[in-house]
Amino acid sequence: MEAALRRGKLTPMRQADRALSIAIAVSPALVILILAGPVIAGLAGTLLPAFGFFPVLGGDSFNLDGYTMLFAEPGIWMSVWLSLFTGLAATAISLVVVILAIAAGTGTRAFAWLTRMISPLLAVPHAAAAFGFLFLFSPSGFLSRLMSPELTGWTQPPDILIPNDPMGFSLILGLALKEIPFLLLMALAAASQIKIAQSRQLIASFGYGRIAGFLIGIWPQLYRRMRLPVFAVLAFSTTVVDVAAILGPTNPAPLVIRLVGWINDPDLSMRFIASSGAVVLVLLTLTAILLWTGLERAGSVLMRRQSGRGQRFARDALAQKLSLIVATLTCVIVLTGLLLLGLWSIAGLWQFPHAIPSQLTMRSWMSALPQMGGPLWTTIAVACLSTGISLALVVLVLQRASETKREARAGQWLIYMPLIVPQASFLFGLQLLVLGSPFAVSVPMLVLVHMVFVLPYVMLSLGDPWRGFDQRYEQIAFGLGQSRWNVFWKIRLAMLLRPILTAFAVGFAVSAGLYLPTVLIGAGRLPTITTEAVALASGGNRRAIGVYAFMQTLLPFVAFSLAMLVPTLLFVNRRAMRH
Amino acid sequence: MREGLSLENIVIALGGKQLLAINAHVGKGDVLTVMGPSGAGKSTLLAYIGGFLDPAFDASGKVLVDGIDLTGLPAGERHAGILFQDPLLFPHMSVGGNLAFALPAAYKGWIFRRRRCEMALGNIGLDGYFDRDPDTLSGGQRARVALARVLLSDPRTLLLDEPFSKLDAELRAQMRQLVFTKARDRGLPVLMVTHDPSDAEAAGGQVLRIG
Repeated sequence: MEAALRRGKLTPMRQADRALSIAIAVSPALVILILAGPVIAGLAGTLLPAFGFFPVLGGDSFNLDGYTMLFAEPGIWMSVWLSLFTGLAATAISLVVVILAIAAGTGTRAFAWLTRMISPLLAVPHAAAAFGFLFLFSPSGFLSRLMSPELTGWTQPPDILIPNDPMGFSLILGLALKEIPFLLLMALAAASQIKIAQSRQLIASFGYGRIAGFLIGIWPQLYRRMRLPVFAVLAFSTTVVDVAAILGPTNPAPLVIRLVGWINDPDLSMRFIASSGAVVLVLLTLTAILLWTGLERAGSVLMRRQSGRGQRFARDALAQKLSLIVATLTCVIVLTGLLLLGLWSIAGLWQFPHAIPSQLTMRSWMSALPQMGGPLWTTIAVACLSTGISLALVVLVLQRASETKREARAGQWLIYMPLIVPQASFLFGLQLLVLGSPFAVSVPMLVLVHMVFVLPYVMLSLGDPWRGFDQRYEQIAFGLGQSRWNVFWKIRLAMLLRPILTAFAVGFAVSAGLYLPTVLIGAGRLPTITTEAVALASGGNRRAIGVYAFMQTLLPFVAFSLAMLVPTLLFVNRRAMRH
Repeated sequence: MREGLSLENIVIALGGKQLLAINAHVGKGDVLTVMGPSGAGKSTLLAYIGGFLDPAFDASGKVLVDGIDLTGLPAGERHAGILFQDPLLFPHMSVGGNLAFALPAAYKGWIFRRRRCEMALGNIGLDGYFDRDPDTLSGGQRARVALARVLLSDPRTLLLDEPFSKLDAELRAQMRQLVFTKARDRGLPVLMVTHDPSDAEAAGGQVLRIG
């Protein structure tokens, strides 16, 4: 060792460089393992019992009994239809709103304002947004209170089934509220890769209206770049649990809700039905994607026909306004919903049809706080750990990609896999495997499972800024005699601090908002703010829901605020580091 | 041992197609100008010497400075200082921080290091600029800081990649003079790639055309 040091081979700096090189070299394998491992193992764990193999319960032969039992359940086809219909409808509505908003808006000041308003909505947990929707639109909700009794004559909340309407319309709208911001940001990211402004000027010079010109000339190239996010939204909407539990129909409920019921059923023989149900859920998602690709085809044929006709649709000022108003409405609804959550959490007496509470009190908070500590710390610890590890891996993988100058095509699919394969279908199998293992229910296990969902979003968030980094800065630093270790930390990571912290906040928000993975892998023994909030849904105690849902929103908000504040303070006197 | 920068049998190819082949020597304080149209592989040559060539290229040949073979060393140990057409001051550091980052660690003591950097700033007419935000400097000031930064790192050789192409005519003449004078005073072998014939003329050394 000493001799080696004297020869200058193993200086501490070179050792650090070597360690970094090794970490960079093994990172892709680790990421593949973390993303694909649980999904594949979980699917296997689901498939075996789905065909009768479940030794613990005495199932040791191939049979289809699980399916026979599954399809004998009352209203099962209605559940399947509801999942398919709500998923497709929510995705289609969200996409149309996003297309129209971009078509009408890009380049205008109103649109710039809209995107600034809409991007924080991405951090709002799904459950909190759904509760806000509920507090706004339910029969005894804010809207009904505002109009009553003057406009409606109601002195009692009317007896109508909104939300939880049997056709799932409120579920569709509740889902769209959260998907519109996501798709809009994905579309904007895709738009930044193509020269949209120039194409628009060219198309406008032919006399096309803004919306028609955009649809014919730009949308096809844009859509091609955002198909995977759209599939992720589609898969998510057909199989989401927390939003469906809050806003969805109940009798019968969408398939995934019933599936979770079977998974948690104390009668262990229900596991055969559950695993068959999980397989059907995967098929259902596949069907939704197939139907969607059919819609894509039809859309592109229609579009080509229309563009061949050469109609200009130049007078679309009204349509433009409407498009932006609809997109703005989603912001207004979500934000009002959040305000209502906060208001309910501090409301004393608040009788129908009063628009505001008669008194304000901290009683709901006082009674909730003592029990909130445990879930709060679990939420924060799991979110920080899963995001921290994910971020480290993402940084190493991205560094490898920029050093070798190669982007794996397969990488994109790998990243989207956990977002497209229905959570319930592989988490069920994973739960069976985990509960039999020595790690059973533990924070490390929960962290590992959260990473499956956190890592993709961290990667999506950090990927573009990382690839956009001017590598000449690093080349200069090398030329100045700096080691690889130094260049990595003091140049690359230091200069990318802002997007790195933003990616951390994104990951934190995803983890803190995860419902199903937390419930299933934590087996109910590791509650978080999100699982507690969703568990309150059936009870209907609005004050308690207000407290938990508000807290649920507060956590990602704090994470994003810190991600903005820290670099601003650190680089207070560095103008070029402001954005 | 031959003093200066030697490029021995350098051949760079991409996908089986040869981009360039070079044999050259640059004495201490001399400038070798490599000229060619864009896409001829000028910057690729600098990347090979600096040690950050895209692995997609196949490259062979030796780069020697004062008899030391650089090709086997990692990029950070080659001490091949580089100037691009943009000054590329590190935006998250102060002007002085940029210089201190370049100053070799062998210079010990915070006060001494700071004085060293302040002196370097004085030499380029930027007294008292140590704590300034690089983004508040004018284009000409940034170019001079970039030069001071690379010189402070005690480079073995200086690589210039179209270093003057973004400066306006008046600044360009000043910077050319400053860079070449400093390099000559330090006895640094300089390799410059450019497509501007007046750069070559100002450098006054041998000119190699490629592509």
